[in-house]
Amino acid sequence: MSRLGRTRQARTAEAVARVLTGTVALSVVAVALFIFVYIVYNGIGALDWTFISEVPRDRGREGGILPVIVGTLYVTLTTAALTLPIGVLAGVYLAEYAPRNFTTRAIRLAITNMAGVPSIVYGLFGLAAFVLLAGFGRSIIAAALTLTCMTLPVVITATEEALRQIPQDLRQASLALGATRLRTIYKVVLPAAAPGIITGSILGLARAAGETAPILFTGAVFQMRRLPDGLSSQFMSLPYHIYAQVTSVPGWNRTLVWGTAFVLVAGVSIVSVIAAWWRSVQRRKVKW
Amino acid sequence: MVTPVLVSGDGTLVYNGGPVSATVPAVRDEAIDTTGDARGSFSLAGVSVAYGKDLVIEGVDMHIPPQAVTALIGPSGCGKSTLLRCLNRMNDELGNVHIGGTITLDGQSIMGKAMDPVELRMRVGQVFQRPNPFPMSIYDNVAYGPRTQGVRRRGELDGLVEESLKGAALWEEVKKSLKKHAFELSGGQQQRLCIARALATKPEVILMDEPASALDPISTQQIEDTIAELKSSVTIVIVTHNMQQAARISDRTAFMLRESLEEPAHLVEIGDTKKMFTNPDDERTESYITGRFG
Ligand SMILES: Nc1ncnc2c1ncn2[C@@H]1O[C@H](COP(=O)(O)OP(=O)(O)OP(=O)(O)O)[C@@H](O)[C@H]1O
Ligand SMILES: [Mg+2]
Repeated sequence: MSRLGRTRQARTAEAVARVLTGTVALSVVAVALFIFVYIVYNGIGALDWTFISEVPRDRGREGGILPVIVGTLYVTLTTAALTLPIGVLAGVYLAEYAPRNFTTRAIRLAITNMAGVPSIVYGLFGLAAFVLLAGFGRSIIAAALTLTCMTLPVVITATEEALRQIPQDLRQASLALGATRLRTIYKVVLPAAAPGIITGSILGLARAAGETAPILFTGAVFQMRRLPDGLSSQFMSLPYHIYAQVTSVPGWNRTLVWGTAFVLVAGVSIVSVIAAWWRSVQRRKVKW
Repeated sequence: MVTPVLVSGDGTLVYNGGPVSATVPAVRDEAIDTTGDARGSFSLAGVSVAYGKDLVIEGVDMHIPPQAVTALIGPSGCGKSTLLRCLNRMNDELGNVHIGGTITLDGQSIMGKAMDPVELRMRVGQVFQRPNPFPMSIYDNVAYGPRTQGVRRRGELDGLVEESLKGAALWEEVKKSLKKHAFELSGGQQQRLCIARALATKPEVILMDEPASALDPISTQQIEDTIAELKSSVTIVIVTHNMQQAARISDRTAFMLRESLEEPAHLVEIGDTKKMFTNPDDERTESYITGRFG
């Protein structure tokens, strides 16, 4: 083939590749957009003051979802309070202190495997370990501990990766000024890695907020007339509320259930968008 | 390449059965006895360094006089950075580095347990090849070292920041914007900020590893001027690949060479810069300086 012919062929292949990858990428966006629009379209009708300020009536066919929202917030914030310190400390150990040996590789492998365990298995584990063995009973704390196990690998990995992004130069500069390893980490490395750690952790926690399986056996209930009053209280939760309505309430109220889904998706999206925005602000300030 | 290196009980390197410094004829350094009472002079005797089992520097004897600029020159890979990092114990951070021989700062050993690396590094600052300011404000960058030492009083910190920025010839450019993020400065300004940051702990010595090699000619000139100003108050040890720069700014020059990959590097010659550049004793020094190899 002539050289010109070959160039032309390459150019055609290039064009085909561009169209093909572009189409696939666009369809993914289209599906995501469709799901989002569908939820908003079906759920927005339920949104009014009654919906977010009252307790469910008639097994959830009427009334609002206040205890459902509060329960989800309560469990998710407790999970965050447990996951963030443990996850960040473990990530710091792996990125900054862990020697390169068999034990460290074993720890990493365990974390990777933890991330791959299905959420229903966490639910079962939580029932055995926290509800029964530790004696917490079905409660916010038992559910939060279960969700912590599920979220920890995400936070640890996010922390470790964010720390590895920080150039070695910076650590050296701090050490050369007579700072200890510890001071270098908490004064220079961790603040610089904070945007990455926080964004990654929020994604993990958002997933925890929307999970049904881990809380199914560990504390979520179908109906509660009052708000949870402590860590040993049982709780209602957005994902479990949707599940319970659809599976066990004959004649469930379509609008209210989609409204519940809308609140869950909106809540998670708002937090993610704020995190992404904050990160981009930090990025603009900090370039390596 | 595997060189048989052992670290004996007292921390000295043993090579082929004998202490390392005994296997090489040491280069005489006449300046050794001129310490006086000025602060910030190093003496190295029989210094050898190995990364794992790989001996890269052997038997370096040298005196680094106080309040003067000493330049370390030599071809790439001859261990200049390695030797420099011995002086503030930054090699400790790499792990698996063995250092033999003795190094003293103002007569006091800085090796092993004799010296706390954290304390040493407050006395011996370092400026790196690439500007590496912290991702924080100009002020906080300079105040980092003093804060590490426990200085908290605002007035004292303000004074140190101003003094250090003046010392690094950056004050006039940034005095109105001390709160600005350090990354908004140009590369040359960032490097002078790093010098200011090192000055703020009031070190006796500043080590500089090719501090201007990532900079444009004007910024390089500014760094060189700063070094000339600084040497009346601190000792400076600078690694450079730029022969004109070594000739311009240094008082003494040390030439290191690794003749082949199978042998460790050693010090070929050290002496007054003028003599080293006009009439060196060793012909390898002459060929390196005139650009015939390396
Ligand atoms: N962290 C390390 N681990 C193992 N070997 C190293 C390490 N750092 C340097 N070396 C080796 O030690 C020798 C000296 O390296 P060094 O960086 O000190 O040379 P240099 O004179 O500073 O070179 P350059 O002029 O290129 O900066 C080289 O052979 C290098 O491969
Ligand atoms: Mg070097």
